[in-house]
Amino acid sequence: MSATDQTFSAGEADAHGHASVDVTTLDAELIERADVATSDVAEYATWLGDDSLVLGQRLGELVSRAPELEEDVALGNIALDLIGHARSLLHYAGSATGQSEDDLAYWRGEPEFRSLHLMEQPNGDFAHIIARQFVTAHYLFELYSRLRASADETLAAIASKAVKEVDYHRDHSVQWVLRLSLGTDESRRRMLAALSDVWPYVDELFRDEPIIDRLEGVAVRPSTLRAAFDAAIAPVLVEAELEVPQGFTASGGGRRGVHSEHLAFLLAELQVLTRAHPGATW
Amino acid sequence: MVTTQTPLEATARPRPTDAASLQVWRLAATVTDPEIPVLTIEDLGVLRSASVVDGHVTVTLTPTYSGCPAMDAMRDDVEAVLGTEGYASVTVRLVLSPAWTTDWMSETGKAKLREYGIAAPNGHATVRPSGPVGPLTLRLSVKCPRCSSLNTRELAHFGSTSCKSLYECRDCLEPFDYFKVL
Repeated sequence: MSATDQTFSAGEADAHGHASVDVTTLDAELIERADVATSDVAEYATWLGDDSLVLGQRLGELVSRAPELEEDVALGNIALDLIGHARSLLHYAGSATGQSEDDLAYWRGEPEFRSLHLMEQPNGDFAHIIARQFVTAHYLFELYSRLRASADETLAAIASKAVKEVDYHRDHSVQWVLRLSLGTDESRRRMLAALSDVWPYVDELFRDEPIIDRLEGVAVRPSTLRAAFDAAIAPVLVEAELEVPQGFTASGGGRRGVHSEHLAFLLAELQVLTRAHPGATW
Repeated sequence: MVTTQTPLEATARPRPTDAASLQVWRLAATVTDPEIPVLTIEDLGVLRSASVVDGHVTVTLTPTYSGCPAMDAMRDDVEAVLGTEGYASVTVRLVLSPAWTTDWMSETGKAKLREYGIAAPNGHATVRPSGPVGPLTLRLSVKCPRCSSLNTRELAHFGSTSCKSLYECRDCLEPFDYFKVL
């Protein structure tokens, strides 16, 4: 390192391990392009970044605990993709206030997180994990497909990268929904139960918030994704001989920092090391 | 070694034309993927540009997958190689757009992959339209890197790294990695 230019000295002080180096490398790119998010864009990037971070952390809990080796690898890879998206999005969000992606991930409290309730739901059995993946992968695919056309170049770039990865997550979930629902009596019973447990949280994905009115052409209006989402999952549900569950809708509120009882526990595990040893590296 | 670029590669990541920048490109192109050491970052299509302006070197890389941990190592290695060669002022930038695709992998890279025992990406990346997707996705047969049989099947869509999936050959019965199209 001594021979190279220490352009990224800010990151050295950051010192959160490997992540800090990337952060600072991206910093230079953003500074060069004068690419700093406005507060509204930062809030929107935080929405999406928190969704990916929380879901990625949930899936990460399954590493070494999935029902079979191939699934262990699959869920770990999906989690890794999501954490990658979260890093880019939170890095961009932090550019508005001079905070790093690690500041946002490790030093915010529960009410400051903007993730949707579906993302923080506990894993449950394998069918529940698949039901949640089925919904989130289709939602994220439709979202990122449209965000590629955002007037905000950074969001568009992140989306054009993420959409290709999420497409694989979508395939993965579809194959498992079919296999579980058309498999044994027991796997079908579990798939039905999982879909009906997950469904109350689906509505929140498509709720607009006032900030969206100020981000026309930059953000994707959540309500506009509903029709595409429904159309995308419909043929899979038909093939799987499943129906869209009817029932109650969960209250939601994640975009305003109101969370279910599950997020705080997830964050405690995510943040404990950094908070116990600030600045620790390995 | 600087290999021949296909027209697609040349458009996506034009090789520098001035001698000083081309020299930096050639040095950066010696860095290999820590997970697949037979592939250089040029073979992979991760090396996107190199330039020298007023003695300051800028090398641009693009990540293969958003969460790929090998990116950190590749970036450090580029800095180290250029540092060893006496370049005092080096910036390595990461850009996300246009998004990396396996289409940028060089033909040399694909041949090296096969020799190494990993099936190379088969066919071109397409960005699927949004909207409904059928439950079945048709894929081209993947050739076994050991016995060249096309009678293979996917064991798992996700493999030992983000960029690979796990296959099995039904003729020679060996499992193998496939560098999947992205």
